[in-house]
Amino acid sequence: MSNNDISRFEKSKQEWEETTLKKTLSARPERAEKFITTSSRPIERLYTPKSFSPDEYLEKEGFPGQYPYTRGVHATGYRGKLWTMRMFAGFGTAEETNRRFKYLLEQGQTGLSIAFDMPTLYGYDTDAPQALGEFGKCGVAISSMRDMEVLLDGLPLDQVSTSMTINSPAAVIWAMFIAVADKRGIPRKKLAGTIQNDILKEYIAQKEYIFPPKPSMRLVTDTIEFGTEHLPLWNTISISGYHIREAGSTAAQELAFTLGDGIEYVKWAIERGLDVDAFAPRLSFFFNAHNDFFEEIAKYRAARRIWAKVMREQFGAKNPRSWLMRFHTQTAGASLTAQQPENNIARVAIQALAAVLGGTQSLHTNSMDEALALPSEMAVRVALRTQQIIAHESGVANTVDPLGGSYFVEQLTDEMEAEAWDYFEKVEALGGVLPAIEAGFFQQEIADAAYRYQHEIDTRQRIVVGINEYTSDEALQIPILEMDPQGYEVQVARLNEVRRTRDNRAVKSRLADLRAAAKGNKNTMPVILDAVKEYATLQEIMDVLRDVFGEYQEQAII
Amino acid sequence: MPERKIRVLVAKPGLDGHDRGAKVVARALRDAGMEVIYTGLRQTPEMIVESALQEDVDVVGLSILSGAHMALLPVIAQKLKEADMAHVLIVAGGIIPDEDIEKLKNAGISAVFNPGTPTQEIVNFINTHVTFD
Repeated sequence: MSNNDISRFEKSKQEWEETTLKKTLSARPERAEKFITTSSRPIERLYTPKSFSPDEYLEKEGFPGQYPYTRGVHATGYRGKLWTMRMFAGFGTAEETNRRFKYLLEQGQTGLSIAFDMPTLYGYDTDAPQALGEFGKCGVAISSMRDMEVLLDGLPLDQVSTSMTINSPAAVIWAMFIAVADKRGIPRKKLAGTIQNDILKEYIAQKEYIFPPKPSMRLVTDTIEFGTEHLPLWNTISISGYHIREAGSTAAQELAFTLGDGIEYVKWAIERGLDVDAFAPRLSFFFNAHNDFFEEIAKYRAARRIWAKVMREQFGAKNPRSWLMRFHTQTAGASLTAQQPENNIARVAIQALAAVLGGTQSLHTNSMDEALALPSEMAVRVALRTQQIIAHESGVANTVDPLGGSYFVEQLTDEMEAEAWDYFEKVEALGGVLPAIEAGFFQQEIADAAYRYQHEIDTRQRIVVGINEYTSDEALQIPILEMDPQGYEVQVARLNEVRRTRDNRAVKSRLADLRAAAKGNKNTMPVILDAVKEYATLQEIMDVLRDVFGEYQEQAII
Repeated sequence: MPERKIRVLVAKPGLDGHDRGAKVVARALRDAGMEVIYTGLRQTPEMIVESALQEDVDVVGLSILSGAHMALLPVIAQKLKEADMAHVLIVAGGIIPDEDIEKLKNAGISAVFNPGTPTQEIVNFINTHVTFD
């Protein structure tokens, strides 16, 4: 707009405020004095163009598939290929989860996503004393390569990509996966998938850490190095905001802390001597989709723009594949209510739509019953169908970035980006991500936001349907998943058989190799692979690393 | 109203690291005038009972979201009793199905607060049910 246009615009806006708006407000005041997002961000009544120039458009938004990727990473958006519908699943024994995966593939799912149980996530075998009561509750139990063979039995590993939500023991579980593929004769170059492998957000939010930050970062860097060399289609890390958000952060904190973590991983890999353009194209991201529709969309758009700038300007990446941010999205578990669980279908649909309008590469939609228990087959099917309805019926996939140019969305995108840069500076002032973790900075920011959110609900500044408004005392009518009651015995029997039938001398020798590698600075991945192939158990391997690296204790903050 | 501040131990038994609820509740109880000690994560039943004894608390609040509640919470209640802390009010929160709540109550857990519970409800419950040894 020229100066003349601007003054004409401002004059019209003022006229509107003094006439039409004033009249409306006097006839009917607004519903609240202040309107806020899920993240407590104030929202204005109306967004209008602040300015428009082709130069500014090209700098901030550009064209899809081009720097800075604000409008998406593909030139044709979803007109070329829909997002991958990837439902996260895992419970009980490897047999049960294998059956669930086959069911999901039959229902039209297009990628696999494995959830592991708590003992596996902490590197304990199913029969460890620390694992009491936890077997198969939050995912599938994997204690040795034998379990992995059962889990992946009959699944087309060379045709679908597999995502594994595993962090502290990521190297070991990934090694088991690779070992199964090796045994089946599938070339490593053809294996596509993701390991979450994002340890920083564990210290920040989800708390499934084992070792202190530095040796943990070394293991992550080992996997990045190994993947860069041997598995060109594998995403060696999924830098995750999801758990940061679930722990109670705002959308802007999720954005800033996740990208801050991403920058830290890049620094470590470069420090290792890797060329940024060799590994950066295999970095992937994982975000939450919460209730606040436009705030979420703005978050994804800002994320792509910031990452592109960071990779090109800060790290000097030359390959456009290094600049573009690809991400998975999951709808917000913490937004689901145990009360009137059917209402969660509507919440998930809104959240999933935001993820799609934000340009996600893959999506998990939560099931309506997840505030109560593990999802039943029926609930999972409805959640998957929700994605299919968005893809095929809503029409939103017909054009690229349909909300680009929305005054509101563009302004929110700018605001989110500015907040992220502010946070990067704050973290830098604390000495970087690791010192900020040790100082409890992220943890305190998140705890404060979580408390504020709960306070807003308790004081009814925020309405949650079925919680503090429109409540109902009707009894729940929802089928709950029943797990195999013999599952634990099946799993422990298999584990004991593995321990009995393997070559125990070879196991001992591989574990000694691992100890030596961990103490030195050789990449640990090849020795971990050798150990899992001899059926060393997850815990045996992790215990060696615990012994060498030590265990981390956080300073608890409330 | 009680003649002294109510002392509460907020604890996370089991392996799950989901501490959002535990922290929010701990802070709400503190804001309601109670003295709150938070154990941090991955506490075994023995560690929780030891902390309850050391801190001489009136209330133990257990937060668990992993599904291992039936294996862990009754053990904690039993061990508190054995440690001469039968007067301590035990409450729990987390993703706990209705059918387990009855069993937990029989095992000595006085109340189970599911997702969506207003923090004031927890404060009120503790205020009306706490007993001082």
